This record gives sequence, C-alpha cells and structure tokens, in this order.
Amino acid sequence: MSGHSNYEPKTGFERWLDVRLPIVRLAYDSVVDFPTPKNLNYWWTFGGILAFCLGIQIVTGVILAMHYVPHVDYAFASVERIMRDVNYGWLVRYMHANGASMFFVAVYVHIFRGLYYGSYKAPREVLWILGCVIYLLMMATAFMGYVLPWGQMSFHGAVVITNLFGALPVVGPSITTWLWGGFAVDDPTLNRFFSLHYLLPFMIAGVVILHIWALHVPGNNNPTGVNVKSKADTVPFHPYYTVKDGFAIAVFMLMFASFVFFNPNALGDAVNYVPANPLVTPAHIVPEWYFLPFYAILRAVPNKLAGVLGMFGAIAMLFVLPWLDTSKVRSMRYRPTAKLYFFIFVATCLVLGFCGGRLPDDHVIPKLTTFTLLDADLNSMVWLSRIAATYYFAYFLLILPILGLTETPLPQPESISEPVLSHSANAPAGAAASPEKRG
Amino acid sequence: MLRKGIALAALGLAIIATPAMAATTHAEPKDMHWSFEGPFGKFDQGQLQRGYKVYREVCSACHSMNLMSFRNLGQKGGPFYDEKYKNPNDNPYVKAIAKDYQVNDIDSETGDVVQRPGTSADKFPNPFPNEPAARASNGGALPPDLSDMAKARELGPRYIYSILTGYEDAGPNMTVPPGKHYNPYMPGDMGAFWKGSAATIPEGGFIAMPPPLVADKVTFDDGTKATLDQEAKDVVAFLVWASEPKMEERKSFGLAAMIYLLIFTGLLYVSYKRIWRNVSH
Repeated sequence: MSGHSNYEPKTGFERWLDVRLPIVRLAYDSVVDFPTPKNLNYWWTFGGILAFCLGIQIVTGVILAMHYVPHVDYAFASVERIMRDVNYGWLVRYMHANGASMFFVAVYVHIFRGLYYGSYKAPREVLWILGCVIYLLMMATAFMGYVLPWGQMSFHGAVVITNLFGALPVVGPSITTWLWGGFAVDDPTLNRFFSLHYLLPFMIAGVVILHIWALHVPGNNNPTGVNVKSKADTVPFHPYYTVKDGFAIAVFMLMFASFVFFNPNALGDAVNYVPANPLVTPAHIVPEWYFLPFYAILRAVPNKLAGVLGMFGAIAMLFVLPWLDTSKVRSMRYRPTAKLYFFIFVATCLVLGFCGGRLPDDHVIPKLTTFTLLDADLNSMVWLSRIAATYYFAYFLLILPILGLTETPLPQPESISEPVLSHSANAPAGAAASPEKRG
Repeated sequence: MLRKGIALAALGLAIIATPAMAATTHAEPKDMHWSFEGPFGKFDQGQLQRGYKVYREVCSACHSMNLMSFRNLGQKGGPFYDEKYKNPNDNPYVKAIAKDYQVNDIDSETGDVVQRPGTSADKFPNPFPNEPAARASNGGALPPDLSDMAKARELGPRYIYSILTGYEDAGPNMTVPPGKHYNPYMPGDMGAFWKGSAATIPEGGFIAMPPPLVADKVTFDDGTKATLDQEAKDVVAFLVWASEPKMEERKSFGLAAMIYLLIFTGLLYVSYKRIWRNVSH
C-alpha cells in the first residue's frame, strides 16, 4: 500500500484490469511482495490468528442469525433449537461461543507482544490506537453477544453493565434508559443488542483494514525493535510469512477444536443454561473471563462513579501509551529493568482477572483472619484488587515515563541481520553504539 | 529477570487454586463416574432406557422437560434408537411411549379443545398447566425444568447424583422448616437454623423436594436391581443425554477433526521448514 510496486501484470486481462482498478496490484503489494523483517518470532503470528478468528466469528455468526429469535420469550429456546434440531447447529454455536474466548486469548497475546516489543512507539502510534479501537469494539461486541442467549447470566450481566452508565452525573439515568429502550432490561434491549451485535463485527473488519494499512506504511516492528536497514533484513511476505502464519493458525485451531469438541462449556458459566428470570438474581454475577480484570478494577473502588472511571481509564491508558513511554529503545530485549516491570505487569493483569472472578470479601489466603488494619481486612480479594489496580496504573503513569529517562539500555544491534549473521560473541564494536542514535 | 516474572506468574496461579469462603456453602459433590465422560465416552443405551423410566415414573410427576419431544428418544444416540428406523418418528417404541399420553389439541372441524393420544412429534407434556399451578402443588416452590439441568449446574452430573442420594438427617440441633428437607449438596446458609455451636454449622441448605428416589421405586425392564444408587446413576445419564443429545456426534466429529488438523499442521510445519531453510534468522 506504500512505496514502489513490483507488480507486473502477466495476462491480458490483468493488464486491462490494472489500468482500470489496480486491485490485483494492491493484493500483490500487500500480501505477496510486502517486505517483512525476517526475524519475526511466533508472537508475531497472532495478527494472522486474529484475522482468522474474526472470519470464524462472522461466518458462524451469520449462520446463527438465520436461526436465532431475538425475543425475550423465544431467545433461549431458539438457541437450544440450534443446539438440538439444526443440522450441525451444535458445531456452529459452540464454535461461535468458544470462538469469542479464542479471539480474546489471541488479542491479549497480541497486545502484550506490542507492549513488550514497543510496537506502539513512533512511527506506529496510529497503528497502535487503531488496534485499541478494535479491542474496544470487540469488548462491546462480546458483551452484547453474551446477552443474546438470554440465560440468567446474560440478563443479570446486562443489568449490571448497563447500570454502570447510571453512575455518570446528570446524564447517567437518561443514558441508561436510552440504552435499555425502556425502564428495565427487556425486549427492546435484547433487540437492539442483537442489531448492534450484527453490526459491530463489520465495523471491526473496517478498522482492521485501517489497522493493516497503518501497518504497511512503516512496515512491521520486529523483536529487536531496530528499523529495517536494507533488503537483506527482509523477506517477501509470501511465501515466508503466509506459511509461518498458516502453521501457527493450524496449531491455534487444534487448541480451539479441543474446546469446541471435547469441552465446549468449560469457558462459560453453567448458570447461563438457566433461562433469564428477572425475579431471581444469581448468587454470584460474573462476566466472562476476558472481562474479569476490568471487573476487578471496577469493584476495587468504593465509589461507583470512580469505579466506572477507573475501569474505562484502564483501557484509556492503552490509547495514550505511545506518549507515556519516554524510552527511545523499542524492544524490551534491551531494557532489562523495564522487562522486569513488564513481567510484573503481566502477572498483575492475571491477578486482577483472578480477583474479578471471586467475591470481594473472599479471603486470598483461606482461614487467615488476623491480617487486618483498622477495620479493613487486607486478606481479601478487594484489597488484592486495589494493590494490583494501583500497580496497573503506576506501570503506565509512573514506571514507563520515569524509566525511559533514567534507565541505561543494553547495546542494540546495528541492524536486524547483524545479530543473525554474526552472533553477539564476535559482534563488531559498532554494535555497542549509544542507543539514542536509533529510534 | 524473566525468572522473577515466571515466579510471580506461578504465585498468581497458586492463589487461583485455593477454594473460596462464603456464607453460602454446600458439600463437594460425590466423585462419580459415567460411561459418557472423557473425549471417547459414549452413552450406555441400556442405562439411558432405565434413566428414562426413572424420569417418566418419578421425576415427570413434577418436573417438565420443555425442550424434549418424544421423537428425540428415538434419534441417533437416544435411549430407543434403532438402526431399522432412521426416522425416529417411525420408531415403534417411541410411538408407543407417545401414545400413552393424552395431549390437548383443537378439533379442526369444530374448534373445540379435544384430547388425543400423543405422537412422536409431540413435546413431553408439562405436568402442570402453568407456573402458579406448579407452585401451588409444591408448597410454593417451582420444580425446575430438567431439559438442560445437567449443564445448568457446576459439575452437573455429579451434582444431580449427589442431591438425589445425599439427603440426610442433621440431628436435633437443626430446625427444619415445614415442607423443607436438608441436603448437604444443596447450596444454602444453615446459620439461622442451627442451634449448635457456630463452628459446626453444617454445609448445605434446604430443598423443597422430598427424597424422590428409594430402592425399588421403579422396576427396570432389563432386570437390573433398582437400588437407590442405580436409579440415581441411570437418571443422571438420561439427563446428561437430554442436555447434550448431540454429544456422541460431537465427539466422533471432533476425533476426525483433530486427526485432520494434526496432519494439516504437520504438513504446514514441514513446508515452513522447507521454505525457510535458506534464510538465516
């Protein structure tokens, strides 16, 4: 999509088409001839895996929509009819339900890869922000999709999440009524969620095109974080990365299939197989696993509005990250201190997810009751969430800005080929040059 | 530094493994096993037939199964599936079972409500005409629909088996309200009903359903001895089948899919190695 094109139309038809709509040229330049760093590791295959996930969700979703009935009286039964009476309906529905989880597994790996290798830094800020937009759209889509089977957790999850907007001052109650299409979560809510759940994936697909466009302007980042210097640093995307991504997608499909065929309900909540009943609240309302870290941040704050702001702030951090990290070195391979803080950050996100799945007053260490300060029980999930949430925000607002100014990075290689062609033991002296000369 | 990160992540996982404490408690379901477990597990057709008999003669007096039709009993993998009758509607067992029930219909000539014998296409009849009627007959409690029961509870099969076989007398320290029954596997908070010391509050809660199964409650057609354990195991198998009637199809399809994917993955790996063999990276 940028730079010089090496496409040469071979047939008469291609030449005819090329001067009218150079679509074959576009495809050739983007996915065949595109120069890609030759040192990308398996963490880079998750972009392709995510495209595969989006495709699966759209195809299975379109089929499910042929059989689904978006009405409070029929939604649950229509999903069960898909499972019981539609030919291979169980396959389509389990692929779609587990596909959502697989999509989030892949997107979290993809995001953490970007964080570790500094893929958000100049000149890839727009690429990164478009990725954050995709992530937000994914969360909205997944949330509304989970409401559609109209089980107990669907209904009560929808009540909890839509009520969050009620915490906003002045406009909150009006926004909530507007979201519901009435004065409670009911048939209009289900209908608009179904409509939007069908719309948003195509918006995701649109932003994915922008995301790939923004990728193809500066080209891929790579594990060294060092810019591509010459043609020796790259290989054409096809066949080198089509086959590598293809292999990774196949491995991912094995994992995906093991859930769909042998453990299809492991990632869901059993309570959602009970039809929605507004009069009976489940003992423990929890969102799907991929929302748990944000749910923990929400509950860590005693004030509802502050909790909502904290939850959205946690996502907002990602959007402004390119301007929070002051380090000129992209890859954390050459930032040993930052690397340590990064792995603590990953662990923090896992701890937040763990806390989000438990009751706030549950003990972290069972049967230990003496760990109290004034009237606060520090051995509780809510306090663990508070500590973890503090680190989450500190990582973005304190650690990354300060560390970039104070740390001494390790020497970076001169080019991508250099650490490959001559291993660090016999590296030329130039390799140890000061890092700030590169960006 | 990487090691420290891994150690922290391991600590996180260690914390996840610890059980939760809450006011609502229940006993850990009994460790039971069935033929349908695991990636190759299949239903035992004889057990499904016995389980259906328990459901029809005991459970169906109060519990509906709104998602089930008689034809389901004769479909592939079902309790009365017979290879001779690929179309379950033609299955003589299924027809005979359906005919035993009288279902409401509209007389197409007069428009009057009439009763006619059931057909394979009819749904399992609901024991009560509506929810208030169900509650009125059960001391205010609503017997839940059993169609999805085995997947609507954590550890479904083990949970149902434990409830059915787990009724016990908690002794004189417990005040059991009228119309209720103590069951340690039912989630609940017994604090308010316990006269003994706070440290010995029993796990579990009250359930409105009286103990539904006792030995010899049904007579199995295949001569299997109808112990409480046998009846409970069999009806659980039937309920698991009813929750996931396509489980066997899913697993056999899955086996083929996994073999296909493994070969496909292997071929891609070889291609990957071959294409990259001359690139130092």
